[in-house]
Amino acid sequence: MDARLTTEQRELRAAAARLADELGPGSVLDLDDADRVARLEKAVAATGWRTLRSDGASGVEVALVAEEFARGLVDVPFAGPVLADDLRRDDTAEPWTVAVDGEAADARDARRVLVLQGRRILAGRAGHAVAGVDLTRRNAEVSGPFEPVGEVSAEHAERWRALALVVTCADLLGAARGAHTLACEYAKVREQYGNPIGSYQAVAHLLAEGLALIEGSISVLRHAAWAVDELTPAEAVHAARVAKLYCARAARTVCETSVQVHGGIGNTWECLAHVYLRRVLASTDLFPAGLEEIDLGLS
Amino acid sequence: MDFRDSPEEAAFRERLRSWLAERAGTFPTSGDDYWRRQGEWHRALHAAGFFGLSWPRAYGGQELPPVYDVILDEELARAGAPPRPSLGYLVQGLGRHGSEELRRRFLPGMINGTERWCQGFSEPGAGSDLAALTTTATRDGDEYVVHGHKIWTSYSDVADWCLLLARTDPDAPRHQGISAFVVSMHQPGIEQRPLKMINGVTTEFGQVLFEGARVPADQMVGAPGEGWRLAMTVVGHEREPSTLGFSARYGKTVRTLAARVEGAPPAELAWAAVQTEMLRLHVRRRLSEQLDGVSHGPEGSLDKLLMTWVEQDVGHAALAMGGTRDPELLSTYLYSRAQSVMGGTSQIQKNIIASRILGLGA
Ligand SMILES: Cc1cc2nc3c(=O)[nH]c(=O)nc-3n(C[C@H](O)[C@H](O)[C@H](O)COP(=O)(O)OP(=O)(O)OC[C@H]3O[C@@H](n4cnc5c(N)ncnc54)[C@H](O)[C@@H]3O)c2cc1C
Repeated sequence: MDARLTTEQRELRAAAARLADELGPGSVLDLDDADRVARLEKAVAATGWRTLRSDGASGVEVALVAEEFARGLVDVPFAGPVLADDLRRDDTAEPWTVAVDGEAADARDARRVLVLQGRRILAGRAGHAVAGVDLTRRNAEVSGPFEPVGEVSAEHAERWRALALVVTCADLLGAARGAHTLACEYAKVREQYGNPIGSYQAVAHLLAEGLALIEGSISVLRHAAWAVDELTPAEAVHAARVAKLYCARAARTVCETSVQVHGGIGNTWECLAHVYLRRVLASTDLFPAGLEEIDLGLS
Repeated sequence: MDFRDSPEEAAFRERLRSWLAERAGTFPTSGDDYWRRQGEWHRALHAAGFFGLSWPRAYGGQELPPVYDVILDEELARAGAPPRPSLGYLVQGLGRHGSEELRRRFLPGMINGTERWCQGFSEPGAGSDLAALTTTATRDGDEYVVHGHKIWTSYSDVADWCLLLARTDPDAPRHQGISAFVVSMHQPGIEQRPLKMINGVTTEFGQVLFEGARVPADQMVGAPGEGWRLAMTVVGHEREPSTLGFSARYGKTVRTLAARVEGAPPAELAWAAVQTEMLRLHVRRRLSEQLDGVSHGPEGSLDKLLMTWVEQDVGHAALAMGGTRDPELLSTYLYSRAQSVMGGTSQIQKNIIASRILGLGA
């Protein structure tokens, strides 16, 4: 029994963190900086991380990249293409993503969309962008004609569902970490009544709770990410659902805390806190999990 | 990374399981009955080689990696057995600060359960602010004489020994004048006053009055004035779900509740199941990190906070399952309220996290 990351996994995480820190948006204004987005896109494409699965990487590695990208609010596709790659497992230049409930997810620049129907994979086209809550990723309409491009085993389809849940969990955790860091930094510099606001217990305790929620999320996600490839498909999906329920509640709480700690500024468009919160809301809705799906006997 | 048992871990689990299949059902798991026979349970576990797993062999441990405690806790809960006695924090306190002589004299009995212990830290005027303690130990020849009032002392009524904090130097700055002792509970200078807990249990904790109790000077643990450092070691470990072995117990409660569900389970129960599973995995991660020699710092406060939330959510699930009409469920709920007080309150844990991890200078 060993829940530690390997050295290679730590290195991958550090590389993803560096890329996100360098080229992710540092402010709300940066979201509209087309040059930056183009450089980010080029850098992410060059890493080959969108095809981690066809390169034989485990759910753990995919989750690490997804987490760091969300922490840095990386606003070019990752989850969509990586999930498409898990289904197709062949590396073509065309930008692919996956459709969920009739919408192409994480579809910036995507031209082709995969739909998993039972075990059949159909390919369609991505159309116009759909308005959504997330300011860093966008969905698109899907249009036919749909051509069959293959089939996966029942087991693969189930593991794919687990991976999809895990990728969204990692996104939730990363966004929570980003929002929490933002709030802690602000709490150290913003002064009221002559003291930094972080020195007041009412503020400090919210941030302490946030860190505990983040630590719990790391633990539950780590297991779910490992389970994608290592447990039975049904167990993998269950582990992923548990993680999703936990991470979603935790991440929303942490983001709301971040908004609160920022005060008035936290309620403006210019503060990044709501960009994290929006990303969390989007990742909660993408491949959702409900309490009624939890198997009470398994834990 | 591999969350599965290694072959050695699996073999250990197998041995434990078959031992539990015979013995588990014979011990009460809750209430005053549990406390009454807790010592017997402790000795049985130890005699079979299933207690003190990660502690040195020289003192009666098994010198196994820390993750074996997870297996022990999981299997105890699975078998419906009582939880493992949680005294790891006392072992750490004595083990780290005591001389080799004291360790040899006291650790084996503590670990094998032939001698029972209590922790005499808190006082009526010194709870969260432990350094405000006023119990004194005054040198008198080869002995110290103790005067003072301890409260909330768990298991004081059955204890043979007390790990006691007392002020030995009234003139020193308040954190530096405190020393730790191993005091015999069987002597005339000690009066016990039982306390009844919120759930009606009388065996959980008590008050202990020291009125001229005597302790040999060589039963001071560490140097004079080292008591505060020992206290920090003890409470640091008292905050860790991995040391306490509680996490599997929550899982057991959830499963017991789940077995009673007719129709759709209440949301509180499903949420408690999610939380419990999180804590199980969190303990595994923390114990794995110990393989890298990660030491016990303020992170224990994060773990304590998580554990507290889980226990109290399990308590809410017990309520949602008809707890006010079922004495055992009501007791589970009421007992859960203590988790955010004992071992340092949740507010104190948050103060520690905020100042020592987040650097917020609270
Ligand atoms: C079941 C149980 C078992 C126990 N077992 C033992 C034992 O074996 N040995 C032992 O020595 N002790 C034991 N204790 C005592 C326990 O450690 C104390 O109760 C605890 O540290 C709180 O101290 P207090 O009760 O004096 O409360 P107080 O310190 O008076 O706290 C009262 C309230 O004020 C809050 N508060 C206090 N200071 C601050 C602050 N600086 N910032 C914010 N909020 C603050 C607290 O969070 C709490 O909500 C046990 C307690 C319980 C409930």
